[in-house]
Amino acid sequence: MKKDVAVPALGFLGMVRWAWTQLTSMRTALFLLLLLAVAAVPGSLFPQRSVNPEQVTTYLTNKPTAGEWLDRFQLFDVYSSVWFSAIYLLLFISLIGCILPRVKKHAKALRTPPPRTPSRLNRLPQNGTIQIQSASESGLSDGQIVEQAAKLLKKRGYRSEARLEGTSPSVGAERGYVREIGNLLFHISLVGLLASVGIGGAFGYNGQRVLVEGETFVNSLVSYDSFKPGTMFKEDSLDPYSVKLDKFNITFDRESTTHFGQPIDFTAEVETRRSPDAEPQKETIRVNHPLRIDGADMYLVGNGYAPVVTVKDGDGNVAFSGPVTAVPQDGMYTSLMVIKAPDAKPDQLGFQGFLLPTAVTDETGFAVSGDPNAINPQLQLNSYYGNLGLDDGQPQNVYVLETDELKELNNRSLDAGGIVLGAGQTYELPDGKGSISFDGLKRFIGVDIAYDPSKRPVGIFAALALLGLAISLFTARRRAWVKVKTSVDGSGHEERIIEYGLLARGEDHGLESEAKELRKLLEQQWPAVERAGV
Amino acid sequence: MENNIPTINVALGQYSDLFMLLAAIVYASAFVAFAWDLAKSSKLIQEIDAATIATEKKVLVAAGAADAPPAASTENALVNDSMDYTVASAKRMAAKIAVSLTWLGVLLQGFAVVARGVAAARVPWGNMYEFLSTGSFLVALVFSLVLLKKDLRFMGTFVLGLVTVMLCGATMGFPTPVAHLVPALQSYWLIIHVSIAVLAASLFTITFAMNVLQLLQHARMDSLAAGKPDKFPFMRLVPGAAPLENFAYRINAVAFVMWTFTVMAGAIWAEAAWGRYWGWDTKEVWSFVIWVVYAGYLHARATGGWTGARSAWLSIIGYLCIVFNFTIVNIYFNGLHSYAGL
Repeated sequence: MKKDVAVPALGFLGMVRWAWTQLTSMRTALFLLLLLAVAAVPGSLFPQRSVNPEQVTTYLTNKPTAGEWLDRFQLFDVYSSVWFSAIYLLLFISLIGCILPRVKKHAKALRTPPPRTPSRLNRLPQNGTIQIQSASESGLSDGQIVEQAAKLLKKRGYRSEARLEGTSPSVGAERGYVREIGNLLFHISLVGLLASVGIGGAFGYNGQRVLVEGETFVNSLVSYDSFKPGTMFKEDSLDPYSVKLDKFNITFDRESTTHFGQPIDFTAEVETRRSPDAEPQKETIRVNHPLRIDGADMYLVGNGYAPVVTVKDGDGNVAFSGPVTAVPQDGMYTSLMVIKAPDAKPDQLGFQGFLLPTAVTDETGFAVSGDPNAINPQLQLNSYYGNLGLDDGQPQNVYVLETDELKELNNRSLDAGGIVLGAGQTYELPDGKGSISFDGLKRFIGVDIAYDPSKRPVGIFAALALLGLAISLFTARRRAWVKVKTSVDGSGHEERIIEYGLLARGEDHGLESEAKELRKLLEQQWPAVERAGV
Repeated sequence: MENNIPTINVALGQYSDLFMLLAAIVYASAFVAFAWDLAKSSKLIQEIDAATIATEKKVLVAAGAADAPPAASTENALVNDSMDYTVASAKRMAAKIAVSLTWLGVLLQGFAVVARGVAAARVPWGNMYEFLSTGSFLVALVFSLVLLKKDLRFMGTFVLGLVTVMLCGATMGFPTPVAHLVPALQSYWLIIHVSIAVLAASLFTITFAMNVLQLLQHARMDSLAAGKPDKFPFMRLVPGAAPLENFAYRINAVAFVMWTFTVMAGAIWAEAAWGRYWGWDTKEVWSFVIWVVYAGYLHARATGGWTGARSAWLSIIGYLCIVFNFTIVNIYFNGLHSYAGL
């Protein structure tokens, strides 16, 4: 660990080298890692454009001053912000700067024999001696014992080398090279993972679409309600498949008293064609079971009712006809709906209100929905006429009626009252402005269509990272040495001992038991001899 | 769930609720017993000290040598640094009762958890009540199993206190009768992702307790070395700071691999459910923060100047993030994971 001192005059290259050393130091990496954790937190405290853009708009409307400042610091785009990107890019540069020399070093270590035998094994954290029969007693030379010990260590997974030169022959051994390989694999996989996310994401796209029963989605840009392309997206990369929603089924819990009416299954029955001239196939889309189409999968993310209505204008012409997507507001599918009829003449017409799938009157006299299934469907609407504000080309939210320049026709507070329509019924608007009829009820589904070529490489790198992590944490790198020493005492008697020592490299709680195991193996091979007075 | 929806066994569900309650009562008693063990430890320590001094004197007299091994004192230590059971540790009656009660609680709650799963014909972790009740069961079970091998009874008060709070939180805070899973949770990833997440969290719970004790022990040793009186004599039931740190590291390493797997399995599930494997949903943000903090902890152990107390703090912060992620994020934050039955 280098001590940081005041910056001396280094020159440009020196400064670069100094900065590189600083950046790739463990301390900096650790600091950046912890900074990354802290930097990720604001993304959970403030609404994020990438997750929920509407919430950001609402926040900016409600708290304009604070919102503006937060926006200036990119707190609504934390994960694509300059500061968050700076942290993780620096971290990954630091990581690469750490990995490269380690790869080089380990590649060298893999080709190098185990380190030389220390002169004093009793200084190692785990060590011991065993007195064994001398050469004259057992007929084995010191060299032979060392060679056998080398084999024994090799069997135990060590890379071993018998060293027969010198006065006391020894074995040098090391095992657990795979620990560093695992460590490097983990870190390299993380770099690969990040690169895959960045590159793959650029070529992908995702979009949303509401599909009413009977409608067909054709995978082309005009078919999407909203569409988010990656930076490298090209329109011709859309696979020309089509999906027709035949029927949408919901199963509700009808047995439970406590969870009555809770949905327990959503299944969309669809007819798909992989290309315009392909044979149609019957398939289903369910939550957690997307429609897997090579290139762009379709996910079921929402559903609701789409009442079919017909609006006639003051001249008696049909100004609007078709299903209207009603957005569910609660578990009983009380749904908000907006109808805009810009073609109506002489005045444009607009409607907003609720669909109640099963209209019942509650104890206060209000109509509410009593069941999520359409047992007694009813529309409760207010109507407006005038300028819908669609003619100036400004895009509008189809689920919101801009009532600023509209005059009310029907409302509970007006003499004409609100519009209440049962299935099959028609209502004549006041002042001859036209009519509205409730012709039927369909269901719709909201689907996400997503294409992300990074999925496969990210999955592979993640799996490799997990493997590398487990290897690096659960294998131990150890060095072991065994020495054989023969000494002659004053009476000319030969004493022979085996000396062994173990050293851990990195965290290793198993070194002690490894030392015991090694001793056991050595004693099995060359039983210890007891000598009086030793 | 192809239109053949299994029937909910309401009666069995009620038995499950009853056994959860019984388990809560038994855990509370075990908690009291563990606390009692700590409280009377100072008296026990005095007795053992007296006995040790007496034996040492005898040994010294018998051997008549100054270099007689102080075998008796290590033999009589209430807990040793490898956290193995010692001869003296068998003298803790209250702790023995506490461990037996814990096992009884584990059995009762084990039945309750299994009954809940059978009653609903699915895995019993689909809402907040079930996360808490199954989670507390796993914490108690993991602790009891570790107790078979290692003398971690010094953590009993903390672990049993937490288990009792979790279980009471489940039954009082989020009582939820047995029901089917909402479609979003109908996936085999619920079994894999959530079970490993809860298991990892229960291991992190144990290391959290160890790291807190490590810091306490560290401070106590510093103060003893400065010649101040021992303010926490019960800490003599707790191993030294270094072995606590090492043992916590070993468990944290396992739990970190599990947490990594949890995040990855979650990403695979998210891909199948929402069309993207990562989208910075609040739960994803916090799972990421937890992962990074524990990654920082593992690196800190290998960085000069960051071992010991500093890395212990990282482990503690990581655990606080887990608690935050499980409580505040589940309850107050809006996100794609907010279907936990609230």
